[in-house]
Amino acid sequence: MRRLSQLTPLVVAALLLAAWEFGVHVAAIPQFILPAPSVIAVRFAEAWADGTMLRHLVPTVTEVTVGGLLGGALGLLFGVTLGLSGSARRVVSPYLVAAQSTPILALGPVLVLWLGPGLAAKVAVCALITLFPVAISTLVAVRDVDAGTLELMRSIGATRWQTLRYARLPAARSGILAGARVAATLAVVGAIVGEWLGGTAGLGILLNLARGSLFDTPLLFADLLQIAIVGVSAYGLVLLIERVTSRRIA
Amino acid sequence: MPILQVEGLSHSYGERRVLRNLSLEIAVGESVALLGPNGSGKSTLLRLVAGLITPTAGRITLAGSAAAAGRSEVGIVFQETRLLPWRTVLRNVTLPLELAGESLVTARATAAAALTRVGAGGLLDRSPAEISGGERGRTALARAMVRTPSLLLLDEPFAALDAITRARLDDELPELVAGASTLLVTHDVAEALLVADRVLLLSADGEIALEVPGLRGIPSAERRAALLSPEGAARQMRLYAALDSVAHA
Repeated sequence: MRRLSQLTPLVVAALLLAAWEFGVHVAAIPQFILPAPSVIAVRFAEAWADGTMLRHLVPTVTEVTVGGLLGGALGLLFGVTLGLSGSARRVVSPYLVAAQSTPILALGPVLVLWLGPGLAAKVAVCALITLFPVAISTLVAVRDVDAGTLELMRSIGATRWQTLRYARLPAARSGILAGARVAATLAVVGAIVGEWLGGTAGLGILLNLARGSLFDTPLLFADLLQIAIVGVSAYGLVLLIERVTSRRIA
Repeated sequence: MPILQVEGLSHSYGERRVLRNLSLEIAVGESVALLGPNGSGKSTLLRLVAGLITPTAGRITLAGSAAAAGRSEVGIVFQETRLLPWRTVLRNVTLPLELAGESLVTARATAAAALTRVGAGGLLDRSPAEISGGERGRTALARAMVRTPSLLLLDEPFAALDAITRARLDDELPELVAGASTLLVTHDVAEALLVADRVLLLSADGEIALEVPGLRGIPSAERRAALLSPEGAARQMRLYAALDSVAHA
């Protein structure tokens, strides 16, 4: 029964792909509008075989990794600080929300102006887009630790730092990781948006090339598939961290 | 010198007064139980003694100096066991020692001995989610006792347990905490008499309304029988009657 439920998503995906393949052939949709899954698969394999995909994948993964880790670390720092200090929360929270409400595409040109069109601007976009969900989830999780647990820590002589280390952070673990899950997928969005602001390589650049100068719609879809794989992998990595840390009862 | 001296203690939460001019002393090694209706300030008194809140008026002297949070002379067992679910039973008990800067090796040995003493020596590597309510109660007791406090504060520690487990722990408690003075808060008249040398009844506005001797001094094998003896039954009846009278005053 469990194996059946695990197989269900694969079966649904196979059915959808079959319907897509069948529909494209029956309706005779031109390849430059909507290529069939089989055509996309072949183009995906070709892009890997001739090195195109790898050349564009490496910069994107670098931006996602560096930007995501930087944004995650800053988000954790902000979240813990704001979660512990009511006065810091009152001062900083409105600015944090205002920064998040500003579309990242609008901030992009400013970042390129300050940091240049290289890796730094793209990492900054990724970091900014991931910072907010991690900061907010950390803030809430650290602030809302059970009052009884905090009273226990005081009763056994814990300092503020010890309470953070031994009670607040472990209690907040699942809340923080929920924010990290959202941030992991947003990091990929940040990298693609960052690449659209300028540069020579990256999956976002490849999207523009496939759509524009190459006019290669199957490559466009193969690239979208690759971006989805990067996003799912980043999400899966956070899930893995969640599983490994939840097993570690010390 | 008494281990605990409370003089003229009053406490209010805003407009609501829960303790009024309370004075009491607990001698070294003595066990005192506090009975009283809801809102009479029993749990507040424990928090004040533990230094977790500051009194509106009055003075608390503990082992010769003022009460303060986190003092190693005081161990507290809360009504909910408050075990940390991400730590094993053993690591829950090592926590007060880790916070005090003891090495993990020493802390583990001390905590294992404390768990063995309260009859939970077989649970060391278990998660709090895997053990029963009674075992969680024993673990919380071991955590409170691991720093060998002079005064143990017990805030209805077995209230959430089933009747059989609770009765067993009530029977064992005086021996489990032997050596420490204890201040127990409870709603249960029989429990108060079984574990204490003195039972104090707090009135609805937090004054001591009655004091009755407890049965702790009687050997454990005979304590239950003493509770049901004519003298034990008379003490229970006095406490029930006084409890009823202060609750409806």
